[in-house]
Amino acid sequence: MFWVNKAHASSSIMPPQASNFAGPVDSLYDFLYWSSLISCILVIGGLVFFAFKYKRKTANDSTAYISHNATLEFLWSFIPFVIFLAVFAWGWKIFYDMKRAPKNAFEIHVVGQKWYWDFKYKSGKKTTGTFKVPYNKPIKLIMTSRDVLHSFYVPAFRIKQDVIPGRYTTLWFTATKLGTYQMFCTEYCGSGHSAMLAKVEVVPEAEFEEWLSDDPYKGLSMAEVGQKVFTQRCIACHNNTAEKKIGPGFKGLYGKERLIVAGTTLKDGKPMTVKADDNYLRESILNPNAKKAKGYENAVMTSFQGQLSDNELDGIIEYIKQLK
Amino acid sequence: MSSAADTSKNYLNHEKGLWSWLTTVDHKRIGIMYMITVLLFFAIGGAFAMLIRLELFAPGGTFEAQVYNQFMTFHGAIMVFMVIIPGIPAFLGNFVLPLHLGAKDVAFPKVNLMSWYCLIVGAIISFISLFYHGADTGWTFYTPYSIQTDNGTILLVLGAFVMGFSSILTGVNFVATTHRLRCKGMGFFQMPLFVWGLYSTAILQVIATPVLGITLLLLAAEKIMGIGFFDPKLGGDPVLFQHFFWFYSHPAVYIMILPAMGIISELITAFSRKVIFGYKAIAFSSVGIAAVSFFVWGHHMFVSGQSELAGVIFSFLTMLVGVPTAIKTFNWVATMYKGSIQFQSPMLYALGFLFLFTIGGVTGIMLATMAMDVHFHDTYFVVAHFHYVMVGGTLMAIMGGIYYWFPKMFGKMYSELGAQLSFVLIFVGFNVTFFPQFILGAKGMPRRYHDYPEAFSFLNSVSSIGSWTIGLGFIVALIVIIHGLLKGAKAPDNPWGAKTLEWQTTSPPPHENFYTDPVVTGGPYEYR
Ligand code: HEC
Ligand SMILES: [Cu+2]
Ligand SMILES: [Cu+2]
Repeated sequence: MFWVNKAHASSSIMPPQASNFAGPVDSLYDFLYWSSLISCILVIGGLVFFAFKYKRKTANDSTAYISHNATLEFLWSFIPFVIFLAVFAWGWKIFYDMKRAPKNAFEIHVVGQKWYWDFKYKSGKKTTGTFKVPYNKPIKLIMTSRDVLHSFYVPAFRIKQDVIPGRYTTLWFTATKLGTYQMFCTEYCGSGHSAMLAKVEVVPEAEFEEWLSDDPYKGLSMAEVGQKVFTQRCIACHNNTAEKKIGPGFKGLYGKERLIVAGTTLKDGKPMTVKADDNYLRESILNPNAKKAKGYENAVMTSFQGQLSDNELDGIIEYIKQLK
Repeated sequence: MSSAADTSKNYLNHEKGLWSWLTTVDHKRIGIMYMITVLLFFAIGGAFAMLIRLELFAPGGTFEAQVYNQFMTFHGAIMVFMVIIPGIPAFLGNFVLPLHLGAKDVAFPKVNLMSWYCLIVGAIISFISLFYHGADTGWTFYTPYSIQTDNGTILLVLGAFVMGFSSILTGVNFVATTHRLRCKGMGFFQMPLFVWGLYSTAILQVIATPVLGITLLLLAAEKIMGIGFFDPKLGGDPVLFQHFFWFYSHPAVYIMILPAMGIISELITAFSRKVIFGYKAIAFSSVGIAAVSFFVWGHHMFVSGQSELAGVIFSFLTMLVGVPTAIKTFNWVATMYKGSIQFQSPMLYALGFLFLFTIGGVTGIMLATMAMDVHFHDTYFVVAHFHYVMVGGTLMAIMGGIYYWFPKMFGKMYSELGAQLSFVLIFVGFNVTFFPQFILGAKGMPRRYHDYPEAFSFLNSVSSIGSWTIGLGFIVALIVIIHGLLKGAKAPDNPWGAKTLEWQTTSPPPHENFYTDPVVTGGPYEYR
């Protein structure tokens, strides 16, 4: 029976059912499909039937003069009206649920940008292009865009929501089937639109937790992330005191006037002073050869361009700032 | 006037030379000029469609994504603004409306000519954009993408703005004509239903088009001067643009379909030789659809981030629009009951319309259902749906209308066999092209994709093959028309035995339409 929430056979044109919404949406679809099919058969069948039955026989056929029929006209206005109302209410009911994420839903931040998707977990874990969700747990996506409109769409989950720069939109679902599912961008966003794809992996909760706790920065504040990065990547050459190592000590560095005597950004090699603000720190980390301070003209620091995630970069800058 | 001497003189040979055409204020000649321009634009828009289907024939690329996006943008913009919107009102409507009403011309003949020039100027501006990096926003110009992309978009936007005036002027003219120039004895309920369709459309054109104009100007201002209306980077709201855009573009859907429905009423009655079933129901449903269509635009935005309540209201009102649309369909089928049905090419197109429009209609209801639309929105399901309505509906009606009024326009008959052949090619090709797209959409293939995963490849190939069949069908149709113009047998005044007024004058009609002022004593479909 078409109104029973059944798992779709592979013969259905709908994608596999992998979320709590797939079943209800497909039941609605089945109802719409069958009632549409019946309406089409009635209208088109009637058309074809009349066309053949009342084909012109002689050049001067006289025809019946039937100008209207109140009962008939009432019926064929009223019956579609009732069906449309029913369908409207049914669609609303499911939509209503789609709009209300359970309070305990597990939140993931999604950011769209030409032309890839970033996924950020509260634990600090960050992935691009693929993300994991735990099986059978409500998930809420909090989404935004860094440039133009995009839209987040997973056919197997029957969910879709536009992603808008300058504001958050949300989406929720519970994944009900293990596996990997395709995610598409469905709002036109330029030449990479059809390549702006991602995959969502539904994994058992234990596996998910393990994957999540893989994250070295789980539950850490920004400065704590920075401290971790420092002890792992910088301590070889920098102290967190004011004492000089291979490079300068970090304590008190932030906000200091630095006398720059060498570097690729110096004009005709003329020395200048620069305040060590956020951007200076950022540049020094990503492009150390841009500005070299007095006393370190010949010392070398390797660039961290592409080595640190945004989160790590923000973290280390924050850490240096706090070393007053 | 002494009619015997006059019949050799008609509107076609009333004056001679290109200049006499470019400066004419005769509604029939302006209609023919619209016919030529619209068919030309249709050929260009169709060529873009063929290129789109060529790219999508198989996964992987023939064209660069950037190039493909321009094809898709120009295909949409041309077909909407230059073909379907002017197609029926400005072309067939211009020719037929005054004849239907028993009038000598439209109310403002010079304004009528001006509207044609607006279309031409707007179209030229739009095409110039092709030489300035083109435009790659899709015909919807969604912000903030349209603000951040290349500046060729500005020209396309301004072109659409200018073409809007063409539409407004035609609308004003038709409203006035319908109110003021009906012949003696013709009340509102003696008007042919095509007039009701044109009249409702004209109201929409006058009220809705200025909103599009303003929206496009705001967009241009933001692009040129950086005033922040829609781009959040400048403090604007991108979703606001969608509201403005659809406030016009949803009624525009009815600007495209209402006059088509009018034509279908003419064709079904003439070729069934029967009075229309439910004249008033059809007439009032046109006006009803026009009125409610102003309040349904948000059904394009269920997942755009508009409020949930707005979504609910828009879904509900959209369902309401479905009712009069269903009523019309039932009325047409009922009109055929106990008729005397003849399958000449205009009727074939009318039947084709009913077939395709019914499918377009039921899938429209699916899309109006909120939870269903969440899955279907911006997929190929939507692409298939609106092609079933716009092409299967409006274009079928235009083709039917061309064949129906061709003898009246040019005083010649075309090859019926050729016309039927082109119908079969177009009808079959259409279904082969667009039916698979419903399935692609349900499976989740997003629209405006330059490339797609392997899983979608079979249905896309089928669709592309269908598109070539449609292309072939239209080439045959063009040959039939040109052949009819050059070699067609002389057409009788009333080849179909129809009852509306245009068939009571000569084919082609004289400069002032009728030799004696017509007087009407009954309805337009008095087949007894
Ligand atoms: C291989 C040794 C080495 C490592 C490892 C290293 N640096 Fe450096 N760093 C230097 C040297 C040498 C300089 C001074 C010369 C220069 O600016 O290139 C310097 C300069 C800097 C400066 C500019 C300070 C100033 O005002 O002169 C910053 C900021 C900095 N490093 C941050 C970092 C951070 C953060 C890390 C860890 C992620 C790091 N460095 C890792 C050697 C290192
Ligand atoms: Cu996109
Ligand atoms: Cu709409």
